[in-house]
Amino acid sequence: MTGPRTLFDKIWDAHEAVPAGPDHPAVIYVDTHLIHEVTSPQAFALLGERGLPVRRPDRTWATVDHSIPTRFVEGRPAFLNRATRNQVATLERNCEAHGIPIFRMGDPGQGIVHVIGPELGLTQPGRTIVCGDSHTSTHGAFGAWAFGIGTTEVAQVLATQCLLQERPRTLSIEVSGTLAPGVSAKDLILGIIRRFGVDAGRGYVIEYRGGAVEALGMEARMTLCNMSIEAGARAGLVAPDETTFEYLEGRENVPSGEGFRDLVAGWRKLPSDEGAVFDRSLSFDAGSIEPMVTWGTNPAMSCGVSEAVPAPSDPEERAALEYMGLEAGRPLLGRPADVVFIGSCTNARISDLRAAARVLAGRKTNPRTRLLVVPGSAKVRRQAEAEGLDEVFRSAGAEWRAPGCSMCIAMNGDRLSPQELAVSTSNRNFQGRQGPGGRTVLASPVTAAASALAGAVADPRPFLSN
Amino acid sequence: MEPVVRIASRTVVLAADNVDTDQIIPARFLTGTSREGLGASLFADWRRDGAGNLRPEFPLNQPEADGARILVAGANFGCGSSREHAPWALTDYGFAAVVSPSIADIFKGNAVRNGLVPVEIESQAHQRLLSRPGAEIVIAVEAGTVSLPGGGTARFELPPFARRCLLTGRGPLDFLLEQGPAISRYEREMSEVAGRGSSGAADPS
Ligand code: SF4
Repeated sequence: MTGPRTLFDKIWDAHEAVPAGPDHPAVIYVDTHLIHEVTSPQAFALLGERGLPVRRPDRTWATVDHSIPTRFVEGRPAFLNRATRNQVATLERNCEAHGIPIFRMGDPGQGIVHVIGPELGLTQPGRTIVCGDSHTSTHGAFGAWAFGIGTTEVAQVLATQCLLQERPRTLSIEVSGTLAPGVSAKDLILGIIRRFGVDAGRGYVIEYRGGAVEALGMEARMTLCNMSIEAGARAGLVAPDETTFEYLEGRENVPSGEGFRDLVAGWRKLPSDEGAVFDRSLSFDAGSIEPMVTWGTNPAMSCGVSEAVPAPSDPEERAALEYMGLEAGRPLLGRPADVVFIGSCTNARISDLRAAARVLAGRKTNPRTRLLVVPGSAKVRRQAEAEGLDEVFRSAGAEWRAPGCSMCIAMNGDRLSPQELAVSTSNRNFQGRQGPGGRTVLASPVTAAASALAGAVADPRPFLSN
Repeated sequence: MEPVVRIASRTVVLAADNVDTDQIIPARFLTGTSREGLGASLFADWRRDGAGNLRPEFPLNQPEADGARILVAGANFGCGSSREHAPWALTDYGFAAVVSPSIADIFKGNAVRNGLVPVEIESQAHQRLLSRPGAEIVIAVEAGTVSLPGGGTARFELPPFARRCLLTGRGPLDFLLEQGPAISRYEREMSEVAGRGSSGAADPS
């Protein structure tokens, strides 16, 4: 391709191992393959059936996160059942057999796959990164093309380090203005999805652009890109800049000294060229939103925390309100919360925990609300403990857990009971996502923390002003 | 994977938009290590009540849905998680095609790789199918057509490669394995460029 190119075009061009032909899509080379216990066993089984080796174990990393417990009883992990324990053991066996590095429970590098990739410096600008998990879009915060794949594709990448890809279209979302105090990247992405809908990004790679995006730190950019999939896009990107380079310098798996300077020189060429054309362009004013909460069963069904829940406009919204036990015309504010969950690959990094701790410091949670704080990785946990955040959480009345996906997904023992309502910093408010019959209100870490104090959906801003 | 050429069947209609993979198969059924038997958990929380009894009003539970191989669904079907357990559950249950005005990207790919035909049709034709649950229709994969109740056909697109995979039962893995030499060449070239500080596929340090 000649002429001005987008960030995505540049990554695509550099990874076409075989260009598309009349009867096949392009063969795209995968730089970094992350795997976990839930979507890999059937892939390894497929390799086994066909007697295939793993082509590049040195480009593959494994962690356990989805089905592991975040609770220990008498020093031993409290697995939900034999099946989850077996899933973890199966991954360990497969990694040993194929020479793939794995972060096991208790390892200093273990954590949610989308939290540890960046931490370890495996997530770098310009790379192609895949994982059998739709929130792989998170890694796009570094200007990497990162997307979720299915298990059969996991097998393809294990065997060939490549995938067949139809070229996605490009969507620019230009975010202008400034986020108001108490409003975070989580609120921003919820606002964007509310405005443009849950399938606005279908078939596209999103590039988030503009002053409001440049102003975000790396962890906030990860939150933004994380939920691209909730807007229907498999991948979201932010152009790499000084913030990105600063984050990466000195990390394990990132070269130092001259090697690093060379890398940065390459990375500087990645941002979309002046005049590059996107297939579609949207714009959004970051200053137009307040802290957001979801009232329904998909992430577009949200409103500002002080707004009234809108009247349902179709049967789906009516069904959602019924499922949530909510009434249109009344704000969510003050609606009792049984559980507050601060965790997940969306919002369990150190900056998220610091933000929550600022709200909780010196205060007590409402006795009717159970507060669960689950760090995204062992590293985040150590850092939080070094800063005394665990003490802040515990003295506020929270449970402080071991790293994992926990109550983001009801498959590891942490889950809601039917009709319980959770204010959650995770990314999906689908029916039953946090437990059959459970009701999820998605929100930012500060909104979640404020809700734990109030025992009900709360506006975080009064807690931040003093 | 078996070749899929033509599907002739009654339809089951699940009209809701945005049916996500957490509904198709809830996460608590994802703890296995094999792909067999997931049909039993298809739409688990919609098909059964809290006590495990079938809900008679749910479309899949109605007598005329028995044996139907075509699911007519609302827009943005299969959004959410990338779990391939979703198409596995659908095919294990007996479905061979999903018809919708729009199907989520990851799901669509996962479907094709498991011989489940993702059929995206324009909304007028879709409306006709929605209003006639149990209609006998025919999906022709090669021609890319769906016969509509009351006459006429609707067209659907499939990328040529996906169509060929369905028709031949040969998946992308076979194709990629044949590309071995080209992939090795790419790896060699890239490690040379990476040595000069490129933004391309750097070898892991
Ligand atoms: S935290 Fe939730 S969304 Fe993220 S990887 Fe785990 S289960 Fe998926």
